[in-house]
Amino acid sequence: MVTTAHTHDTHDHGHPTGLKRYLLSTNHKDIGILYLWFAGFAGLVGFLMSLAIRIELQEPGVQFLPFLTGGDLNAAYQLYNSLITGHGLIMIFFMVMPALIGGFGNFFIPIMIGAPDMAFPRMNNISFWLLPPSLMLLILSLFMEGPPGAAGVGGGWTLYPPLSGTTGHPGPAVDLAILSLHIAGISSILGAINFITTILNMRAPGMTIHKMPLFAWSVLVTAFLLLLALPVLAGALTMLLTDRNFGTAFFEPSGGGDPILYQHLFWYFGHPEVYILILPAFGIISHIVSTFCQKPVFGYLGMAYAMVAIGFIGFIVWAHHMFTVGLNVDTKAYFVAATMVIAVPTGVKIFSWIATMWGGSMEFRTPMLWAIGFIFLFTVGGVTGVVLANAGVDTALHDTYYVVAHFHYVLSLGAVFAIFAAFYYWIGKMSGRDYPEWAGKVHFWLTFVGVNLIFFPQHFLGLQGMPRRYVDYADGYSLWHEVSSYGTYITGLGLLWFFGVVAYTLLAGRKAVQNPWGEGATTLEWTLSSPPPFHQFNELPQIK
Amino acid sequence: MAGDVKHDYHLVDPSPWPLIGSMSVFVLALGAVGLFHDWSYGVYIFALGAMGVLYTMYEWWGDVIREALAGDHTPVVQIGLRYGMILFIVSEVMFFVAWFWAYFNAALFPTEAIGSTWPPEGIVTFDPWHIPYVNTLILLLSGTTVTWAHHALLHNDRDGLKQGLWATVLLGAFFTCLQVYEYSSAAFGMSSGIYGSTFFMATGFHGFHVLVGTIFLTICLIRAYRGHFTADHHFGFEAAAWYWHFVDVVWLFLFASIYIWGAGSITH
Repeated sequence: MVTTAHTHDTHDHGHPTGLKRYLLSTNHKDIGILYLWFAGFAGLVGFLMSLAIRIELQEPGVQFLPFLTGGDLNAAYQLYNSLITGHGLIMIFFMVMPALIGGFGNFFIPIMIGAPDMAFPRMNNISFWLLPPSLMLLILSLFMEGPPGAAGVGGGWTLYPPLSGTTGHPGPAVDLAILSLHIAGISSILGAINFITTILNMRAPGMTIHKMPLFAWSVLVTAFLLLLALPVLAGALTMLLTDRNFGTAFFEPSGGGDPILYQHLFWYFGHPEVYILILPAFGIISHIVSTFCQKPVFGYLGMAYAMVAIGFIGFIVWAHHMFTVGLNVDTKAYFVAATMVIAVPTGVKIFSWIATMWGGSMEFRTPMLWAIGFIFLFTVGGVTGVVLANAGVDTALHDTYYVVAHFHYVLSLGAVFAIFAAFYYWIGKMSGRDYPEWAGKVHFWLTFVGVNLIFFPQHFLGLQGMPRRYVDYADGYSLWHEVSSYGTYITGLGLLWFFGVVAYTLLAGRKAVQNPWGEGATTLEWTLSSPPPFHQFNELPQIK
Repeated sequence: MAGDVKHDYHLVDPSPWPLIGSMSVFVLALGAVGLFHDWSYGVYIFALGAMGVLYTMYEWWGDVIREALAGDHTPVVQIGLRYGMILFIVSEVMFFVAWFWAYFNAALFPTEAIGSTWPPEGIVTFDPWHIPYVNTLILLLSGTTVTWAHHALLHNDRDGLKQGLWATVLLGAFFTCLQVYEYSSAAFGMSSGIYGSTFFMATGFHGFHVLVGTIFLTICLIRAYRGHFTADHHFGFEAAAWYWHFVDVVWLFLFASIYIWGAGSITH
């Protein structure tokens, strides 16, 4: 249209600067950077919570938390419960999702598909700005009354009733947590709509869906999972809210309601949610492995449709989180079988990464170390997942440290390793400054040793019967708990080191070139300057 | 650089509404918790947040309309808006899935606490062929009047557009009135067990969506009077119509499963 050119002339007066640039942003790269800072902050809060947990668990008995609560033992127990709840919610909703989808997704998806920005740039900004209020509500809940006479939400991140109902937590803390999750959910749904529209509608001329980079594929699938899963969580949380405050009986057996209904609704969301956390990581790892082996990724189409398959199957396996609630045997048999099927497309991905490395000219730069670390750790977590998929085995291992070890191997190690891999892979592109290579490698080894020390012994604890979410334990569990806590301190050192790397890179890093990785880096972001111009692709790239 | 832009995408100017809207949502949530727990200023905090959210919606969508009139919504941008609206409706469908899930969980497996029967013992349900049936006819009719308005618009029949929209808005309002009347004559309450819970939350959220759809269509009516729509560029109207059909379809499922299938032996 003729008028289009006219309205765009207003952009001529220069780009927004200062506070206006970030607070009122409609630029996908600036919003992506905001997301990354936010994820970094939330990650620190979440890590400090896990640090407090591990200090407490280092030895049998309850010593450290009463120190924080002024000697009040009951408050210390509730604080422990609040810490495990807060740690889980913060790491999922305010660290991994904002980093992988909001941060790297926002910054790189439009660039990778050859688009000048997201489809709805203004809505993109509210997706981000809803997160700080949401996090504030959650943190506020730590200080409000939860159970009678104690503060915080102690129901775990799943918020199962009746513990999360008025029986367990009559105070406002749970209401704050529910509304916090509602707001985070709105943020993610809007983000999902934005990503799907962008990827389906704004690919550069010639970029058919089967030529699209795998990170774009992964975010597309992730966005569909968000769109279909989060509204169901919103429904479940609303039922919890009305049960608590308006006298409904959804989860109240005395009124004909059913607490198990909450678990069904929650896990109908919750299982896709764990794939939401890991799918973008799959996309990132594919790019990094391909880049540093200087080969196209093995079996591109298989890789793409494996993610689609994982996303689809993710919706039909939810009750494997509920094997101990009294499901009948046929139902359990179905959910066992369906869950095991996930190992097939996941195996396709693992073997395709290995096949990409096979015969490649490999270069062990920092991002590649993190990517290989990801593949190793994710495989460990995936294998224990197949173990847990068996309802019979799970009856013994449900709610033990074996489960804790399993999901930390796929998430805390899988997803987080992908975040660090992506950070080292793209920080030069995003900031225009190179990270110091040796320091990145030190960070990797500190973290790799640290997290394995934390979580590998937790398999042993679980097999020995140590239940999760307990503040204290019998003496027999003390050896592996102690090792696990030492692992946390090493990981903490790694995190401190990482903040040092970030500070050094941003303040004193060498100027980054357009493409530091060479011929293996084939996606469109490497055709732009580092950092890219405020608006890239004023003339759309042609994809052959 | 703007002079060199050689694509038709819409690069939106910086906007204060996301930030203001988010802060308002925070105040709204805090006020809601205050209301639930009888804090002394809860209602004022809630009202402040609600005003902030409503004002944000007004200004934000006002900006969207201004940009549309300025020609920012090129054909490719309109396709994006279509994707956006469809995906939003898909997410709404999944929201209702949760309520139907709760309903069927309770109705297909009634517990001993409610007499192992559905509807629960002691619950007098509505006669589906009374007000609910009228409401079904009203919504189905409104689905045809909004299509009438759309076809009138496509044929540049401005009067037909307005008449069709007027009819749709009035039918929507009529539905809401009947629903309020039905609620007020209910023999059970939201807190009288699982029947009232599922009934009022499922039909209540539908009712809320009818209200939103009616407001959406009213905005379209006002825009029709101001001449915002042309025969080949009127996505705002189409979005409202899609939303209205979605609300209509949800009602058909509610009518079939809660009112008809879930009715006990009706005493006329």
